[in-house]
Amino acid sequence: MESVFGLVGKDFAIVVADSSAVHSILVHKTNEDKIMLLDSHKIMGASGETGDRAQFTEYIQKNVALYQFRNGIPLTTAATANFTRGELATALRKNPYQVNIILAGYDKETGPSLYYIDYIASLHKLEKAAFGYGSYFALSMMDRHYHRDMTVEEAIELVDKCIVEIRSRLVVAPPNFVIKIVDKEGAREYAWRQSIKDGSVLEA
Amino acid sequence: MMKIDFSGLDPSAPIKGRTDELCGDILATPSFALPTTHDFDGFQKAAVQMVKPAKGTTTLAFIFKEGVMVAADSRASMGGYISSQSVKKIIEINPYMLGTMAGGAADCQFWHRNLGIKCRLHELANKRRISVAGASKMLSNILYSYRGMGLSVGTMIAGWDEKGPGLYYVDSEGGRLKGTRFSVGSGSPYAYGVLDSGYRFDLSVEEAAELARRAIYHATFRDGASGGVASVYHVGPNGWKKLSGDDVGELHYMYYPVEPTTVEREMTEVSVA
Repeated sequence: MESVFGLVGKDFAIVVADSSAVHSILVHKTNEDKIMLLDSHKIMGASGETGDRAQFTEYIQKNVALYQFRNGIPLTTAATANFTRGELATALRKNPYQVNIILAGYDKETGPSLYYIDYIASLHKLEKAAFGYGSYFALSMMDRHYHRDMTVEEAIELVDKCIVEIRSRLVVAPPNFVIKIVDKEGAREYAWRQSIKDGSVLEA
Repeated sequence: MMKIDFSGLDPSAPIKGRTDELCGDILATPSFALPTTHDFDGFQKAAVQMVKPAKGTTTLAFIFKEGVMVAADSRASMGGYISSQSVKKIIEINPYMLGTMAGGAADCQFWHRNLGIKCRLHELANKRRISVAGASKMLSNILYSYRGMGLSVGTMIAGWDEKGPGLYYVDSEGGRLKGTRFSVGSGSPYAYGVLDSGYRFDLSVEEAAELARRAIYHATFRDGASGGVASVYHVGPNGWKKLSGDDVGELHYMYYPVEPTTVEREMTEVSVA
């Protein structure tokens, strides 16, 4: 099961996801990017069924862009989170999407925020969250070492601690992780943590 | 006491008339008693079922310096019965794009043909060829919309477009992955091993073809659902070209020729006194 986790810092938010695309015992890819940039100041990390993950996050991304085109202003992170939850809820009793989502964004007025949205459409605004088998290790690490208003360096140190713990304790540990950050400057890729380099890497 | 299950080997003719116990024992298939456990085979069967990829085939494709190499076996199986040894599993979508078939043969053939039609319509409407990314996305969206309805497709779309060589893995669960090396089917773990260890980006066309052929051969050797003929195609800047189609039985003796064993003492005919 894919690991995604995230936390909120002083004026930024970070989302981390593993990057393996797996089918039962086979690893098809070790550099799959599961954190989608929704717009300039929002990132959405998703874990779950491959098809659902890609299709649902792209659907949300296109709808966020459409709102901006129609109305001239971007959606707030809270509005995006509620829209996403609403889409999952509507589909839930017909054709459910099996995706767990961690949505992080930076709004000028309210600063950084993080939302936990699971596959049965529950929504929680949190300071730290995690999904997948990795959550068993990441959650307690974050509970222990997290504090309000962490700097980027402190947050990355905590993220690395979580990654090391997942790598050493999880039996089917994913080798590679991608870290993305969103702050006043915008949403961007921060780093990869790779223990296996994939041949000649062609980014999706 | 549980007896080992040889019912698959039962002789077919039913016995007419009354069968007495003795007759039944003599004519029954020979079997032996198993240890008295609850479910002797169950754990092994369950583990293998969970882990072995379902689609009975081996296909692989990889990108290298000179383009994309695509290879597949040609066996079709229905459970334990081999229904054909000469199935074309590499489907020619158009002169510069190939698709591989794994899963349901009808599903793959139909949807690849359908994709070919849509690609041609795209060309006519837009006056330019469709990209590999675009074609694979079209197929992936179609398969996603049929999710849960029982389609079984595990395919790779390989082609050469304006951006150079492209390779995408698309399956009936709606997944679509861009990558440089993929193998699909029940023989894919075996093929991956050979492919990963021999792969380099700067292979020549002949070396890459040999790597692909060898990987398919090794998968057919170990996987019962793969076999027949190992076909190898190359997609270059001017389109695809079929490079070879070798029977895997013959490949076996080519890679592992029979050593003539020395005979200790020749047997001579005994002359009748």
